[in-house]
Amino acid sequence: MSSTAQELIPPEAQEPGGGRISRTRGGRVRRLTGRDKVVLSLMVGIPTLIELALVWLPTLMSIGLSFTRWNGLDLADIRPAGTENYQYITQDYPPFWPAVQHNFMWLLFLALIATPLGLLLAVLLDQNIRGSKIYQSIFFAPVMLSLALIGIIWQLFYQRDNGLLNFLLGTAGTPQAVDWFGDSSVNIWAAMIAATWRHAGYVMLLYLAGLKGVDPSLREAASIDGANAYQTFFRVVFPAMRPINIVIVVITIIESLRAFDVVYVINRGTNGLEMLSALVIQNLVGEGQVIGVGSALAVVLLVISLVPIVFYLSRTFGKENRA
Amino acid sequence: MSTTPAPTVRTGRTPAGAAPRTGSRPKRHYGTHIFLLVMAVMWLVPLGWSLYTALRPVASTNEHGYFSFAGDFNFDNFVQAWTQGGFATYFWNSVIITVPAVLLTLFLASLMAFAVSRVSWKFNVTLLIMFTAGNLLPPQVLAAPLFEMAKHFEVPYSFSDSGNMLNTYIIVIAVNTAFQMGFCTFVLSNYMKALSADLTEAALVDGAGIWRQYREIIMPLCRPAFAALGTLQVIFIYNDYFWPLIFIQSGNRLPITTAINNLQGEFLSNYNLLAAGAVITVIPTLVIYLLLQRQFVAGLTLGSSKG
Repeated sequence: MSSTAQELIPPEAQEPGGGRISRTRGGRVRRLTGRDKVVLSLMVGIPTLIELALVWLPTLMSIGLSFTRWNGLDLADIRPAGTENYQYITQDYPPFWPAVQHNFMWLLFLALIATPLGLLLAVLLDQNIRGSKIYQSIFFAPVMLSLALIGIIWQLFYQRDNGLLNFLLGTAGTPQAVDWFGDSSVNIWAAMIAATWRHAGYVMLLYLAGLKGVDPSLREAASIDGANAYQTFFRVVFPAMRPINIVIVVITIIESLRAFDVVYVINRGTNGLEMLSALVIQNLVGEGQVIGVGSALAVVLLVISLVPIVFYLSRTFGKENRA
Repeated sequence: MSTTPAPTVRTGRTPAGAAPRTGSRPKRHYGTHIFLLVMAVMWLVPLGWSLYTALRPVASTNEHGYFSFAGDFNFDNFVQAWTQGGFATYFWNSVIITVPAVLLTLFLASLMAFAVSRVSWKFNVTLLIMFTAGNLLPPQVLAAPLFEMAKHFEVPYSFSDSGNMLNTYIIVIAVNTAFQMGFCTFVLSNYMKALSADLTEAALVDGAGIWRQYREIIMPLCRPAFAALGTLQVIFIYNDYFWPLIFIQSGNRLPITTAINNLQGEFLSNYNLLAAGAVITVIPTLVIYLLLQRQFVAGLTLGSSKG
């Protein structure tokens, strides 16, 4: 099919007289017929309507509902509540502050352990190492799995009496055996390790792509200047991967805010595994639906996630607007 | 195998990078290998343990314990999960959700990406930002309003036995599509921007309208991007746990990723069956990974190539 396109390329870009076609800065073509305008507005209109109706309208509704009291049944029962819901979650809702703390811990764990581990694996595998492809496949395998499934697989590994970990530690079947996902003093750490299993592979993959994109002459220049391997990496190669670094920072923050599936599979985000995202859902599906409280929690989550989102968008689209 | 050529391809670069440390090079590689080997084993242990547990009948583990090599090994747990555990149904439900959602996502995203990247008009950057940002939101932020919208959207009982959009595949497909569309639009628009402007200009000279430019010129050239994104989206939507959890209430309509959590409750003491369920759930992604690894990796890195 690409031959069709080839045929359509004239040997010399033809600029017909009369300026019927005017090139804009991006090299794009202006000048559309009436029919083209209809086609184009459908091309833009349909996806935009879906995006607005199913993503942005619900987001705005979350904000709106967070200032109301509603049991989710009759639309006529929605009552204004001012900032009551926010006062309730910050002052009288016991799981709120533990959840904020756990989300923060999750972020730190991914940022300080999982992400550097992924970077280290990428740097090691980018060298001339035997079996590099096999290692890459192994570290990358968990990225293919859903976080829900990861929760189940690690549950089998972490169980108190029949799990492999306690057997390897020699405590299986004894009173000292730890219930890694059930004990509220350790389960957040156990869950973060399970999340690391996936996150590190993802980071490794992105950095492997990033390392291949670094101009080899940069390394040569650094080694000619007498830089050792560490200096070359931290002063030359790492800064040269800036676009990837930004993506990784954003992914790490967003993943820690989205952390939901793992904790929800383990125990629905209770008993030591409180997370903001899980609290939102608990208030939605629980017996007494408290939509206002759930929405206030959702807005807290939204406001925090806007920080990395705005950072990423301004990095990505900022250049374009200025150009 | 593809493993052999890899080291030779980049030999031209490594000596330059490692030149100052030539003396310590073999030793360093030795340490690297030990580290990688240990990490690889740690990485494989949870998966290997699931597979090992799944292959043993519950009678064997009850008799000899989970930590033993004694007893039988067979596929009984897989058969039982597939037939009695309802995995055949769950798997089919996953197909019903994943296939239309991926096709719709790619189609709508390609329309949008074409419009914002190949035609210059006032709001194209604004709209692209809106689409990209939408995909970055935590899904839980939209969950409550979407749930209520689905619940209060009344349809005939002949269409849905709940009388509204809850418990239907359509709402799961629609929300997955809307959510994934942002990412695909972003990736595809970057891909289309990189295609030469002369392509469509020339077509315009020939009198081709917008639709022909999209259909006959840009679409065929985007095939590699579609292959990569398609693979990625199949995995993403197959792996989606959250939206069916919110919208689907009948257990027998759940897709496999969400359903496996129910199995955890039902077969509390039968870890062998749970492990078999987990392995069954992994198999489709593993097959896609082995067949289309290149596409999948390309899809993941496409999204981050521009920052």
